[in-house]
Order: sequence, then C-alpha cells, then structure tokens
Amino acid sequence: MKHRDSLPLLVSALAAGGLFGFGLALSGMVKPEVIFQFLLLRDFGLMLVMLGAACTVMVAYKVIPRVMDKPVFGKSFGTHPLQPTRRVIVGAVVFGIGWGISGVCPGPAIAGLGVGNWPVLYVVAGLLLGAWLEGRLTHRE
Amino acid sequence: MSALAHYFPTGISAYLVGGLCIGLGVALLFILTGYIGGVSTFFSAVWSFVSQWPHFQQHGLVTSRSWRLMYAVGMVLGAVIFTFAVNHGRTFVTSVPPWQLLIGGLIGGFGARYSGGCTSGHGICGLGSLQKPSLAAVITFVVTAIITAHVIKLIGGV
Repeated sequence: MKHRDSLPLLVSALAAGGLFGFGLALSGMVKPEVIFQFLLLRDFGLMLVMLGAACTVMVAYKVIPRVMDKPVFGKSFGTHPLQPTRRVIVGAVVFGIGWGISGVCPGPAIAGLGVGNWPVLYVVAGLLLGAWLEGRLTHRE
Repeated sequence: MSALAHYFPTGISAYLVGGLCIGLGVALLFILTGYIGGVSTFFSAVWSFVSQWPHFQQHGLVTSRSWRLMYAVGMVLGAVIFTFAVNHGRTFVTSVPPWQLLIGGLIGGFGARYSGGCTSGHGICGLGSLQKPSLAAVITFVVTAIITAHVIKLIGGV
C-alpha cells in the first residue's frame, strides 16, 4: 500500500506543528515542573491552556466545514468519532498514571526538545516503547 | 490574596496565549489538510516504518505517518522559535529524574494508545469536537494523574 502526502500537505503539517510547539513552549507546558504544579493543585494554568486550545479548536471544527467544501490542500475534513468503550476509560486511567509519574505528555515530550529540555528523550523512549507494547499486546483483527 | 492570584500564582496570560496558539495550530492543520491533530498516534505511526506487525501496518497509521512526522518536526521547530524569538535563547532542562521520565513515558504511551488519545487527542481535539467519550477520558486521566503525582511526591519523587 503506497501512500504519499503531497508537499503542500506536509508543509502544512510542519507549519501547524510549529504553532502547536510554540504554544506549548509559551504556556510552559514543556516544563514538567509546571505540570506538577497543576497536578499538585498549586497552579491551575494547565486547565486554561487545555480549555483555551479546545475552545479555539471547537470554533474551527464547527465553522470551517460550513464555509469551505474541502480543506485547502486535502480531500476532505476528517472526523475522529469515538465509541464510548471501556477501552477509552481504562486507557485514560493508565495514561493518567504515566503522566502523573513523568509530568510529560506526548506533545511536550516532542516540543520539549525545542527548548533544550533534552531529558524528555527519556519520555520519548518510554512513549515509543509503550506504544509498541500496546500494539503488540492488544492488537485485534 | 485574590482568588485569581491564589489559583494562578504566575498569572494567566502565558497560559491563555499559549493555549490559543496550540488551538490555532490544530485549527490550521484542519483548515489546510482536514487532518485531526492529536499527537500520541505519532508514537504508533512511526513503528509502521520498521515493524511489519499488522497493528502497525494498519491503513490509518501507514497513511498518516508522513504528516505526523512533519507535525512532530514542526512542534520541535516551534519551540526552537519560541526559545530564540521570545525567550532570549534561554533553554530549560528539567530536574525530574530519568526514572520518572522513562517509566512515566512507558506507562503513559501504553495508556494513550490504548485509550485512543492523550491530552491533545482527547483534551483538545476530542473536547473540541464535543465528544462525550473524550470528556470522560479527560476527567479520568486528569484525576488519575493528580492522585499519582501526590503519591509520587509522598514517596519522595519530584
């Protein structure tokens, strides 16, 4: 199965990731210390970041498909419908435990490299290993 | 002390502007490509380059791995731009010990993939598309992480 994204699609992803990473750095989310300030209930900034981002995205997901037939470079607007399964919740419990131990979630594990926070490489290694185990152990046809 | 200063001792502007940038990044991805910009799938998709295991050769992972890789590269570059354009070249290195980072990453990576999303997939894209399972996931992982962080602190971690 061959699949190639066109160059404009790849450059778009690069630019979008750039904004995302800039925001993660500006908001301090690339610092596990800031995440722990939230998880220890001393500074609720993380909630503002997550809700601020979610609200922005909500407007985009609602408005853009109404005013455009298709994305600028892509074929169609994607959706990611989720079934309310046990899996979603069990996975969230496990993810929360991991996040509570490291103070780093997948976005900041990547963007953290850009602020020189090289120890996040340990997290990247862990995430890769965890994703691999998940794929090996829970694969269903 | 006002309630605002109590709950947000370092102010709210960096959080709000940063959150807005993150949201605009996900929105930009959507308007240009139609893709949904969760991050954790990246960590499964990259395995499709090297593993023939059927899980990693799923259509959804193979066809999205290229843009997800570029998205990740962009995230690093965006943080580099912040470092030099805003933060006067000052870098940051965490003092969280490696064992916490590695073990937390491992458990978190498994959980995010099993759940189908992380703080960005459920917390931003899922909430942004008003999906109830994502709301349930966010509440679940935030509460679990808060409890875990308190336990880690009790046993002497950072």
